[in-house]
Amino acid sequence: MPKIISKKYLSEKVVQLEIEAPRIAKKRKAGHFVIVKIGKEGERIPLTISQADIKKGTITLVIQIVGVTSNKLSKLETGDEVTDIVGPLGNATHVSKVGTVLCAGGGVGIAPLLPIVEAIHKAGNKVISVLAARNKELLILEKEISASSDQVIVLTDDGSCGQKGLVTEGMEQIIRQEKIDQSIVIGPAIMMKYASMLTQKYNIPTMASLNTIMVDGTGMCGACRVSVGGRTKFVCVDGPEFNAHDVDFDELLMRLGSYKNEEAGAYKKLLI
Amino acid sequence: MAESNLGTYSGRNEEWRLDLRKKLKNKERMAGSRVKMPEADPLSRIKSYVEVNSGLTEEQAVAEAQRCLDCVNPTCIEGCPVSINIPGFIKSIETRNFDNSIRILKDTNALPAVCGRVCPQEIQCEASCFYQTKLKKPPIAIGHLERFAADHARNSGKAFIPKITKKRNEKVAIIGSGPSGLAASGELTKLGYQVTVFEALHELGGVLKYGIPEFRLPNEIVDFEIDNLKKLGVNFEKNFIVGKTADFEDLREEGYSAFFVGSGAGLPMFMNIPGENYIGVLSANEYLTRVNLMGATKEDYDTPVFKGKNVAVIGGGNTAMDSVRTAKRLGAEKAMIVYRRSLEEMPARIEEIQHAKEEGIEFLVLNNPVEYLADKNGRVNKMKLQRMELGEPDQSGRRRPVPVEGSEYSLEIDLVIVSIGVSPNPLIPMSLPGLEISKWKTITVNSDTMQSSVPSLFAGGDIVRGGATVILAMGDGRKAAKNIHDFLQKKANSEMQANGQKNEQNKK
Repeated sequence: MPKIISKKYLSEKVVQLEIEAPRIAKKRKAGHFVIVKIGKEGERIPLTISQADIKKGTITLVIQIVGVTSNKLSKLETGDEVTDIVGPLGNATHVSKVGTVLCAGGGVGIAPLLPIVEAIHKAGNKVISVLAARNKELLILEKEISASSDQVIVLTDDGSCGQKGLVTEGMEQIIRQEKIDQSIVIGPAIMMKYASMLTQKYNIPTMASLNTIMVDGTGMCGACRVSVGGRTKFVCVDGPEFNAHDVDFDELLMRLGSYKNEEAGAYKKLLI
Repeated sequence: MAESNLGTYSGRNEEWRLDLRKKLKNKERMAGSRVKMPEADPLSRIKSYVEVNSGLTEEQAVAEAQRCLDCVNPTCIEGCPVSINIPGFIKSIETRNFDNSIRILKDTNALPAVCGRVCPQEIQCEASCFYQTKLKKPPIAIGHLERFAADHARNSGKAFIPKITKKRNEKVAIIGSGPSGLAASGELTKLGYQVTVFEALHELGGVLKYGIPEFRLPNEIVDFEIDNLKKLGVNFEKNFIVGKTADFEDLREEGYSAFFVGSGAGLPMFMNIPGENYIGVLSANEYLTRVNLMGATKEDYDTPVFKGKNVAVIGGGNTAMDSVRTAKRLGAEKAMIVYRRSLEEMPARIEEIQHAKEEGIEFLVLNNPVEYLADKNGRVNKMKLQRMELGEPDQSGRRRPVPVEGSEYSLEIDLVIVSIGVSPNPLIPMSLPGLEISKWKTITVNSDTMQSSVPSLFAGGDIVRGGATVILAMGDGRKAAKNIHDFLQKKANSEMQANGQKNEQNKK
């Protein structure tokens, strides 16, 4: 079973795990995700690969502690084993030289944004990153994103770090400042919805990376389906990235809450 | 096909068979009536996952085996997709030589305990039984006897692991651990190859685990057969998606010289009607996977599943029956099948429909959903249905359902399971650009050899057929294994020749 090589808390509720997975490390590209399951009784959840080290044969996952599985994952220590991990899944980010790219990350969405920022920067684009979090404590990977960005704007809801405000405010500031050729938004569904509405107003092609409920993650169950341009798509095999302006975010938000009651009960039980 | 010679051989002229036929007259054999499979009581079984069919006793099995006339021309074998020597294994049961019975079965069928439970015998071997075709009497219960022989072997504690006579160095990769992959892996290992089965999920068995519920096929039976394959020497790698975790080129570099793809069914189909993405409308694959593979109903398992009070399952196949009967077991007050044709056209096995009826499943036939409605949170609470009538036969030969104008009505439901079919798993075709794919997105193969447009790659089961039965998938796996063997032997021979020529040239 894959071993945990290192563990680090990025904030009180966000943990970063470096996991031994040489095959996945070798194959993964920006945008890929894995399915993880902890213990015999565990559920399968998708997690985007944040970083990979081919030499060490490791991948890095960033987990926000929100439910049963993320809680179980956060309790694992260096040297512990992850019961099941499979991937890399999904389609890799399409990376090309387009000019200036506005990358917006919200909360723990900054983790999956990191490899994309790195890839886009490496492809010769000018990268402007807008990172937003509720407060300073929840802002993650600012240094890593900065290393591959030409400019970074940080916003927090309470102003405890960077500017006070929402991600869309930072994005609009940049859009007014210079010509943006493409935008990428990753974060909570509600943030992606508003970020997408903003770029649509300015006619900027925008891509969103969706994180939905999945069971198998290989195109078998259809739990991850989402309406894109009026057609049902499967995030696991058709995505996870889609043209943000075509995504039905309201439906996505609704479907994310599918098992809210069941999950809340299980989480409470786990915490007792 | 290579199997046709083997097909009609039943060992009928072996001495013990001659003696056995002399022991009882055909008239006496025909006097008995078909055995009835003992079943768990419907009212109690819907409260648990106990297997519905509890299996024949030894006496029942021997008595049923006695009914078999050991025909000169055993048409039952022709009805079997893998040409099992049916009279051979049945007559062995009659003489209580159960070891011989399982040996005969295992000659052609890697998973008799599975097939004895889930094969549609009523349209295969039993449909071709002399009793059925000529005497117009209930056929020999071939499926029940197959299951008996397999269960008896398992319970006896004896392992029927064939000896491998010749070890070969070539490595073969099997993609998918479902019925076709398991069958292929067993055959190739018996031939001496180094075989590894790559499975995408965290459990082995494919559809036998995530799809078919335990009340029809207990997981321990699948695990037992997989353990036997492990003992035979098959390697298994879970959590490994060929095309993603490693692609074919990587595996070639790692020494694999042939591939069998049995990656199975993939994307569930939906009807594309309004409201289908509401919460509480899900595919049968998702529903069954949550329950069967992820243990959603078991204490301490993390995966959630909806427990509906009024559950509508859309479709009339075996998967639809599995879903609706699962819903009943999860406490549904009303669990119904919604099917656009009539009972007669239903593709599910008769036994499954019968069991469903006994369990109180309602059948809304000649009905088709047209829209789903939801509460303010997006949770489905109603469905709009349209009544149908049967028109002229369509391409499938079944009468085409035609909507009855103005017949729409609505029904309160809180869970909808869509079971109208699947399209093949897209991962392999997506990862091998040179591979020839049909317009149905299945892998195109030569049906005699199961070889694809990529010479070293063979395929079978749902990835080739779209939707098939366990036995057909296993038959594909077996057939592919034989042809992989031929392919590798030819390759070795031509390499030897080439080397020979090279040596000749070097000498010169």
